[in-house]
Amino acid sequence: MTEQIIIAGFGGQGVMSMGQLLAYAGMLEGKNVSWLPSYGPEMRGGTANCNVIITDDMVASPIVTQASVVIALNKPSLDKFESAVVPGGMLFVNSSLIDRKSVREDIDVFYIPANEIADQLGNPRIANTVVLGAYLAKAEGSISPSSVIEALKKVLGPGKQDLIPLNEEALKRGAEQAAIVLESAH
Amino acid sequence: MSKVLMKGNEAIAEAAIQAGCRYFFGYPITPQNEIPAYMAKRLPQAGGTFLQAESEVAAINMVYGAAGAGARVMTSSSSPGISLKQEGISYIAGAELPCLIVNIVRGGPGLGGIQPAQSDYFQSVKGGGHGDYHLVVLAPSTIQEMVDLVQEGFDIADQYRNPVMILGDGMLGQMMEPVEFEERKSRRLPPKDWATTGWKGDRPRAVINSLFINPQVLENHVNKIYRKYQEIKANETMAECCNCEDAEIIVSAYGTTARIVKSAMEMAARKGIKVGLIRPITLWPFPTETFQEWAQRDHVKAFLTVEMSMGQMVEDVTLSIGGKKPSHFYGRTGGMVPNPADILAEIEKVRGGNA
Repeated sequence: MTEQIIIAGFGGQGVMSMGQLLAYAGMLEGKNVSWLPSYGPEMRGGTANCNVIITDDMVASPIVTQASVVIALNKPSLDKFESAVVPGGMLFVNSSLIDRKSVREDIDVFYIPANEIADQLGNPRIANTVVLGAYLAKAEGSISPSSVIEALKKVLGPGKQDLIPLNEEALKRGAEQAAIVLESAH
Repeated sequence: MSKVLMKGNEAIAEAAIQAGCRYFFGYPITPQNEIPAYMAKRLPQAGGTFLQAESEVAAINMVYGAAGAGARVMTSSSSPGISLKQEGISYIAGAELPCLIVNIVRGGPGLGGIQPAQSDYFQSVKGGGHGDYHLVVLAPSTIQEMVDLVQEGFDIADQYRNPVMILGDGMLGQMMEPVEFEERKSRRLPPKDWATTGWKGDRPRAVINSLFINPQVLENHVNKIYRKYQEIKANETMAECCNCEDAEIIVSAYGTTARIVKSAMEMAARKGIKVGLIRPITLWPFPTETFQEWAQRDHVKAFLTVEMSMGQMVEDVTLSIGGKKPSHFYGRTGGMVPNPADILAEIEKVRGGNA
């Protein structure tokens, strides 16, 4: 199993922490992982992104150029990384902020209204976790949602464990949304 | 101990503290700022001293002072900052003092950029500062290896009384990977009886000095240092060889680039092209003999060196293989990172030319 993931969005959307969480969860499952952030000028107001590799093999290049998964949280990210998805790969689109459809027909595309769902859950900052939930539901054989929660418990530390139920709920809502989207697409 | 997920820069800092480093002097610069940030937080907790100096020149001279007093001490910077430190580095080498210097390389020349590069190879292995001296230069390619080499680096520095450099790049500093901090055995190191710890009349005075006005005295001093370098070459040279046994093309790369080459090698294998990799782990001393050995094999048709520079290590590869096989080069620079497909294309080009 090798998953090559690009996560991209505005700075502040939780792009980096989402990727770290995935890498952490992969590590907890005994897999080899790497997390590589963009740290250039694009971080300042533009599109931030990170590359995550989760694999049973060794991680060779930490750079993802041919992604099995792209998660686009804003429109510039979709424009930049839509073409990076390999045929048969998956694209997750935050349809709350992205008003266009993907032009790709050789991949599975999931439109997740992440910000709307996050608002319904009472915390707009949880939008990234909603999309993560959608991905985890579709990434069979990759990472389990329970590992992500385990990772989150460690990352948040003892002082912020009260945020766990909200994150669990966000993962669940994202997973439900991914199921609905796929049914309507087929 | 279990694995933790850590940024390369933070892992360097933690590894240094666990290796007994208690003094850090530095000045901020991207992309290595997590090292001083981590040290600022953790060193005081470990009973050490972190100091942000007023400049790189000041920082390296603080390292000089602490090393002279026998402390385990380090500094870190990135390319332009390392250039500023060169005078002090030369003095430290001249005075035969141990310390660890980390360079998380960014694109140059000048202020350059902040993206990863390997264009400080010449500066690191050929001198950098003035005079006849060498640093021991270690080039990790994973974060785990970086952790291991930090601890090893301090020991090598102490054993030979010579500054050691960890040469990373922005990508290695910024990325996260799982690491394990294993309890490791330190080498048996000689006592630091040369350190200036305060004279109480019970031994000859310790003097830290790199000034030798009499040319014969200076020549003797340099000869002594170079005898030490022969020992380092014999004992400390390290390289990883990967799939060289039946390779028609041997690629040479270090650090992050070696990882990207490994991805290209997987692609080449799927096309039935036999590619090997020699990855120097010590850039100085350079693993010359490893290259010489493989250059003599009939199945090896050519060498291709890949770097994030305009071609620096390739000069040492070419020297090592001594004309026995053609030596090719492919590089990106300025913070641009080669991708596996481009490297594969170069491998195929080299193979076509030698078929």
